[in-house]
Amino acid sequence: MLFRKALKKSPWIIHYDCNSCNGCDIEILATLTPVYDVERFGIINVGNPKHADILVVSGSVNHRNARVLKAIYEQMPHPKAVVAVGACACSGGIFKECYNTLGGADTVVPVDVYVPGCAPRPEAIMEGILKAAQLLEEKKNMKKGEILYVTKS
Amino acid sequence: MKEIWITLATVIVAPLVGGVITGIDRKITARMQNRFGPPILQPFYDLFKLFSKETIVVSNTQILYAFLFLVFNIVAVVMFVLKMDLLLILFILAFATTALILGAMATNSPYSRIGAHRELISVLAYEPVLIAMIVAIYFVTGSFNIENILKHSRLLILDLPFIFIAFSYVLTIKLRKSPFDLSTSHHGHQELVKGITTEFAGPVLGLIELGHWYELVLLLLFVWLFFAKNIFVAIAAILICYFLEIVIDNISARLTWKIMLRLTWSVAFGFALVNLIWVYIKYRLL
Ligand code: SF4
Repeated sequence: MLFRKALKKSPWIIHYDCNSCNGCDIEILATLTPVYDVERFGIINVGNPKHADILVVSGSVNHRNARVLKAIYEQMPHPKAVVAVGACACSGGIFKECYNTLGGADTVVPVDVYVPGCAPRPEAIMEGILKAAQLLEEKKNMKKGEILYVTKS
Repeated sequence: MKEIWITLATVIVAPLVGGVITGIDRKITARMQNRFGPPILQPFYDLFKLFSKETIVVSNTQILYAFLFLVFNIVAVVMFVLKMDLLLILFILAFATTALILGAMATNSPYSRIGAHRELISVLAYEPVLIAMIVAIYFVTGSFNIENILKHSRLLILDLPFIFIAFSYVLTIKLRKSPFDLSTSHHGHQELVKGITTEFAGPVLGLIELGHWYELVLLLLFVWLFFAKNIFVAIAAILICYFLEIVIDNISARLTWKIMLRLTWSVAFGFALVNLIWVYIKYRLL
């Protein structure tokens, strides 16, 4: 029983700021403060992709940081999930038309949960991370590299 | 036959106790920071999660060393419960730490290597105090064997108060709590990424986590040894000791290794030495 719930009860996150204006990052860091106390859900911010379950991305992806984002994603052990925080990480946002911008985080890594907003509130980010944690359970039974297309709300 | 049952019970009960203590630790820490905190069973969730993840290793020897870390810790706890030689337990505990250091050194990652170096320095800091503690216990009771130590008529703490202070001091290093959590820390601090455990992931990290729980139980058993005559006093002492560790963990920031070495070698080892000379004169010369 404990074993079955373990994956969704202990999501360790790693946060990567692609190219954000810092608005989303501040909100992510605010989420991690004692005020919102994400540790009550078992969420811990780790600095190490090898320990992380959920990759939280903010900002739009460009040619320079796509490589880094991919490297971080690939170093995380399976099962893993990606949460795109903010309009920029979801679709490219206001930077979408820039000549150096590729678009949202999903141009490089498979994104599982999109958290829209510019910038989203900490509660929304928290909800996104918890939703991604629920998906880890389903992802566990899939082959490595297979992408989960979420149809549920 | 009886030994086998005791061994089995220890192997099963020790990690449960260690895990629950870690959970309570996290809860109390959270309450001190005025937040709600994770459930008490959170360490178990973490552990089971780690075991259900994919294994990623840089070199296969890492798995062996993580496994050895766990096994040596289990052996040390079991030997303590079976009341065997204290000196041997200390050596096996040192072996466990060595296995962890070798595991971290088996990769080329600079974080992991610096973590390993810092762990070596902490070994350098706490090992003399532990040795002094055991030698002092020998002076008082005339034996390294826990069986005979327990036969001693007085509470050990009455003869070894300063040794106990020194031991609680190095307990902070052993438990990897602030201000001495140089090589790695259990909380979300990210200096050196995660130090000595950087390159361990998934189930291999789980083995190390499990090893830590056995280690925690063993260290609390050492505290018990000082009060072994009276079980209630012993339990109270363990609780107070651990609570103080949590308080210190929460009110202090990380120190550098130089300060750690200076402090442990002067203050803690000084305390231990004073007590050592005292019991030597009292029990061996007079
Ligand atoms: S979504 Fe808005 S706040 Fe977030 S990085 Fe983009 S522009 Fe900044």
